[in-house]
Amino acid sequence: MELIQYALDNLDLLLTRTLEHISLVGVAVGIATLTGVPIGIAITKNERVAQLVLYLASIIVTIPSIALFGIMIPVLSLIGHGIGYVPAVIAVLLYSQLPIIRNTYTAINNVNPALREAARGIGMSPNQRLRMVEIPLAVPVIMAGVRTAVVLNIGVMAIAAYIGAGGLGTFISRGISQSDPRQLIVGAVAVSLLAIVVDYTLLYVQKRLTPKGMERAAETA
Amino acid sequence: MIKLDNLTKVFDTPKGAVVAADHISMEVPRGEICILLGPSGCGKTTTLKMINRIVQPTSGKVFIDGEDTTDMDTQSLRRNIGYVIQQIGLFPNMTIEENITVVPKLLGWDKARYRERARELMAMIALEPDAFLKRYPNELSGGQQQRIGVARALAADPPVMLMDEPFGAIDPINRAVIQDEFLKMQQELKKTIMFVSHDIDEAIKMGDRIAVFREGKLVQYSEPDDLLAAPRNAFVESFLGEDRALKRLNLVKVNEIVSDEIGTVSPGDTLEQALARIDDFGYQNSILMVNDQRQPVGLITRAVARTTRGYCRDHFQNVPATVGLDDDLRKVASLMFAQDTTWLPCVDDEGRVCGQITQRAMTHHLGARFRAAERTAQAAAETTSKE
Repeated sequence: MELIQYALDNLDLLLTRTLEHISLVGVAVGIATLTGVPIGIAITKNERVAQLVLYLASIIVTIPSIALFGIMIPVLSLIGHGIGYVPAVIAVLLYSQLPIIRNTYTAINNVNPALREAARGIGMSPNQRLRMVEIPLAVPVIMAGVRTAVVLNIGVMAIAAYIGAGGLGTFISRGISQSDPRQLIVGAVAVSLLAIVVDYTLLYVQKRLTPKGMERAAETA
Repeated sequence: MIKLDNLTKVFDTPKGAVVAADHISMEVPRGEICILLGPSGCGKTTTLKMINRIVQPTSGKVFIDGEDTTDMDTQSLRRNIGYVIQQIGLFPNMTIEENITVVPKLLGWDKARYRERARELMAMIALEPDAFLKRYPNELSGGQQQRIGVARALAADPPVMLMDEPFGAIDPINRAVIQDEFLKMQQELKKTIMFVSHDIDEAIKMGDRIAVFREGKLVQYSEPDDLLAAPRNAFVESFLGEDRALKRLNLVKVNEIVSDEIGTVSPGDTLEQALARIDDFGYQNSILMVNDQRQPVGLITRAVARTTRGYCRDHFQNVPATVGLDDDLRKVASLMFAQDTTWLPCVDDEGRVCGQITQRAMTHHLGARFRAAERTAQAAAETTSKE
């Protein structure tokens, strides 16, 4: 009861923090999509480069987020952004690369070779093949990668509160430092709920973006 | 017209160079279907795919309608060649209409023109435009999908088509139907077609010419009848199968060997007269009875004619079967075996008796071709031995 009372009393703050959180993750994953998808497509042209890029992206994910923030403080201090919004977004951007690049790469590589041959055989240029056939067919899998990145990084972003980026993590960090379980639990629950809600929202978007003729195939897959 | 001039493909594999197609030279005249036939790995598909450069030739040239394609832009070359593959390869993200019109769009046709074309094509492949154009490939059966695949290849009305085992993945019943439909279309369209198949029966049915491949080499390039009658070597012979004489039955029509000499009786004749005619014509078992329009109505058997008195109209048996002039000998043979008979009456389009076809005439006709082939082979052997 105490918890709910606390949440209701601080509804405004909770809302502000949630929006902060969403905008941080949104901006970061948005930029990550804009970079990751083209990288994922580009590396389908060369198997060795692909393995290298995926390897690097995997290494990045293994770096603990708190350590990544630590590394960035001295580097970004040089441009006056050692803490706060910029390092938080950069961290999430980096963590998002792996799921987005990997899913794009896999999806484009897994386009049925017969379709690729048909597309070549009827005289589509490589760009037309990408635009008219390969990317539309890869969209569901690419979107699944984006969803993974978003859900993963809603968690990561909670830690960014420690470098002053704001977001729902603020409740958690204050809860810990002030030994206030109310703030701690409200923050944690809010982060989880946000992850679930956003995941379902993106699932809906993914279904809308799936080409119509593939719906049945996508459902059985 | 498609002309291949010393077309060669060498694949570099870890085990060394593999010659997939070895100096293939051949010519397909305008408006004909040429079947590339052979076991898997014989180079037939590689040869086909070098024509539209899905496989880049190592050396040699391809001419289409007399024009060397070597320096043509790959994309525009492909847009002017219809391409049908076994896996069909319709784009699942596009409607049937979008699939069919993709090449016209690439060629920059305006919208009204390619939409009109889509409806024309649907009519050609006998699918209702309003029912199908807005649907997606996964809503169609395999046979319907491959019809769409053929329509897509025909969309921009290319003079040349390449078909890579186009009907291979379709069940036998539908396959026969689609083959017939396609042949009917081809009679009007007169495309120059290269068609890969590993099925000798399909090759004989569809091909104006057949090119037999083995281990990257073109072994024999002949019309189906020549191929079956005179296989060049043991490999071709074994590939065609031991029943290759029977396969020729498909190629010969009744009108080529029908004999217009046929004795008949009419219902008003007596059985005595019938017996006399049976003897006159030297028939073993029976004679055909026809009405005043010369339509076959019954059979008078020798046994009945000899032992019974009366008129033919009261003592006839049913005619087991008749054949038309356009039927092929395979159907005739099948009817003969089914009815345990050595001859069948032939009827014209109005159902009037116009002759008969006998087992003897069939075997003689097929045998003549083989005897001729043997003589040529012998003559050739003699000339070489003289040299």
